[in-house]
Amino acid sequence: MLDFLDALMLARIQFAFTVSFHFFFPAFSIGLASYLMVLEGLWLKTGRQIYLDLFKYWLKIFAIAFAMGVVSGIVMSYQFGTNWSVFSDVAGPVIGPLMAYEVLTAFFLEAGFLGVMLFGMNKVGKKLHFAATCMVALGTFVSAFWILSVNSWMQTPTGYEIAANGQFLPGPSWWDIVFNPSFPYRLVHTVMAAYLTTAFVVGGVGAWHLLKDSTNLHARKMFSMAMWMAAIVTPLQIFAGDMHGLNTLEHQPQKVMAMEGHFDSHPDGAPLILFGIPDSEAKTVRYAIQIPKLSSLILKHDLDAPMAGLDTIPDNEEPPVGVVFWSFRVMVGIGFAMLGIGMWSLFARWRRKLYDWPWLHRAALVMAPSGFVAVLAGWITTEVGRQPYVIYGLLRTADAASPLDAPAVAASLLAFIIVYFAVFGVGVWYILRLMGKVPHVGEVGVKRGDTGPIRTAGITPGPTQNPGHDETLPADKGDV
Amino acid sequence: MDLTVIWAFIIAFAVFAYVVMDGFDLGIGILFPTLRVGQGRDRAMNSIAPVWDGNETWLVLGGGGLFAAFPLAYAVVLPATYPLIIAMLLGLVFRGVAFEYRWRDPAHRPFWDAAFFGGSLVAAMAQGMTLGALLQGVEVVERAYAGSWFDWLTPYTLLCGLGVVAGYALLGSTWLIWKLDGGAQKHARWLALRAAIATIVLMGAVSLYNIFLNAEYAERWLTAPEIYFAAPVPIITAIIAVSMLRAIGTDRNSKPFWLSIALFLFGMLGLGVTMWPYVVPPGLTIWDAAAPERSQIFMLVGVAITMPLIIAYTAWAYWVFRGKVSDEGYH
Repeated sequence: MLDFLDALMLARIQFAFTVSFHFFFPAFSIGLASYLMVLEGLWLKTGRQIYLDLFKYWLKIFAIAFAMGVVSGIVMSYQFGTNWSVFSDVAGPVIGPLMAYEVLTAFFLEAGFLGVMLFGMNKVGKKLHFAATCMVALGTFVSAFWILSVNSWMQTPTGYEIAANGQFLPGPSWWDIVFNPSFPYRLVHTVMAAYLTTAFVVGGVGAWHLLKDSTNLHARKMFSMAMWMAAIVTPLQIFAGDMHGLNTLEHQPQKVMAMEGHFDSHPDGAPLILFGIPDSEAKTVRYAIQIPKLSSLILKHDLDAPMAGLDTIPDNEEPPVGVVFWSFRVMVGIGFAMLGIGMWSLFARWRRKLYDWPWLHRAALVMAPSGFVAVLAGWITTEVGRQPYVIYGLLRTADAASPLDAPAVAASLLAFIIVYFAVFGVGVWYILRLMGKVPHVGEVGVKRGDTGPIRTAGITPGPTQNPGHDETLPADKGDV
Repeated sequence: MDLTVIWAFIIAFAVFAYVVMDGFDLGIGILFPTLRVGQGRDRAMNSIAPVWDGNETWLVLGGGGLFAAFPLAYAVVLPATYPLIIAMLLGLVFRGVAFEYRWRDPAHRPFWDAAFFGGSLVAAMAQGMTLGALLQGVEVVERAYAGSWFDWLTPYTLLCGLGVVAGYALLGSTWLIWKLDGGAQKHARWLALRAAIATIVLMGAVSLYNIFLNAEYAERWLTAPEIYFAAPVPIITAIIAVSMLRAIGTDRNSKPFWLSIALFLFGMLGLGVTMWPYVVPPGLTIWDAAAPERSQIFMLVGVAITMPLIIAYTAWAYWVFRGKVSDEGYH
């Protein structure tokens, strides 16, 4: 029964598992680092205490998320070699340097300034501290830049040569490798996804506290900021996603066929299948609910444009249709739900009930984790959609794995599953506990040590009553 | 100069930077159970909390750099030492999250302190054994690892593992001499002296073992004219060891720490003499495994621009948190 679990399949599951887990943390910390930068910048500019309080409130959460991102990320940097050694050998000359640049320009930047960001406010002064926060935020973005360039090159490889020993070698221009055809689209789409993920988490936390006390100014501020992001960035993100889809159609048509569930070619206008159950054996989508010609309109901007289907692709070049079809719909569905929240918040703002509309707050609370689901679904769409290749059209996944025996890979996979669920589960629990605390005036930052006999560093609850008049406090009062 | 040789030195530098910088973090983890619950452990943790993440990044540079500059070596060594690498990574997971978790959850602090210790110990042991597995030789056929599952588990690799554990404990305890004072510093001295003796004994044992391990290594160290270049390494190492032992007993600041780093530097020079010009003994030289020139040049530009900056802002971060860790911790 478990015959399909050979060493290759186990290695694929292991990579999918470790990278999916890892991706949750950067998806959150890329956006959160930028949010912290904005909060601290606003504090320096306006001198209003509320921004400093929010900065410190989210800094504690950032510290945990970042630590989990770092330790799960180190695993990724070795996973290429442990489980995909053939891939590492043949692709190393091209993508290795891009990953080295990620370390040199991003990881060191983040890690080098993180200590000052977390613990250095009183040691270096406000301006330098703000600079450190900016460097951490910049580092998260630069990291996304390089790793998405690597991923995009694997999806749409350009600028390479192939050596006699089978290695991919860089061609004369690194520009062609770094800025391969799918990279700009993927970068914009993924970074905006990270911003939205964070915005909905922040909005959800704000909504939670507004539901309990709609006069809490800190909760109001974070909810308002998050809803501006939802209203402005979601439409942009949907537009960017559409552009990315068109780019995929040009370079990886099979992936789009699988996303659309187009088993058959449509010479005069393809339908948009909203829902259905793809059946790869019978090569059809069962119970399909579809709108005629709409797919051609979206993808080709012409109702009658012909669209090729998977019947034009040899069976051994087809990606698994069911997974791609469904993960794509999950992502798109969440995208439109986010748009709905964004529009609702604009309406609520216009009616002046942004802070007094419990149903909006409940909806925002439900949507708090939606970014993570959308991001994961999007990644499954693009990664499963390029199968059976690891380097699109050039190197099959089946030919890329390490010469390991199944029990070795199974044992390490089991260890990763147990440790990740335990360790990161606990971490997420700690984060949720911090989010459950009411944001208040005079927030304590990441503070630790032994200032008293019964210290509970950093999680000491502050004054529970909500003063509500904090905005008039002088800027540097309460500076920890 | 040959670009491949330059890259071999860059990777060696990254590995050395990792070993000494994360070495003292891991060493403090290894020594954690001997530190007093409460102030003793909190201060030790606070002394590295702002810098450990940057220190660990050198490991990513070592791994990522090897992938980029010597892809074949990366593709051979990691499958060959698979269980060790997985163990190291999982150890580093526990060690890394413990920095945050132990402050978030006082009720379970003993558990996270144990995770900090266990994670550090496993990571250090796995790193030492990986080094041993590399030195004892890796079987390669047609650009792939061709040995068996447990080649990495021998008395020699265990000896190397213990050597690295002891060495990290030495770095950690001398760091604590520098960053602490009073009774805690006294305790660090006590630890450092024992760690130093263990390190020196194990370094000697590994060196002797190397000579018997294979004929080529022995030739490197014992015949003329090589011996004239090689001999100063153990002699200077011995001088450093003696002055370090004296400094551990008396110095109130950073001298024992710097001397333990010097000990590591010369230990690593010794390894370099032993392995050169192989990156994966006995078959793959650095030239066999090297990435093409275009990759080497592209990355060299990046290293030339970023490395001075990285060193500058890393040094600044250390400077910000300079001095003894006080009762107050960082806030």
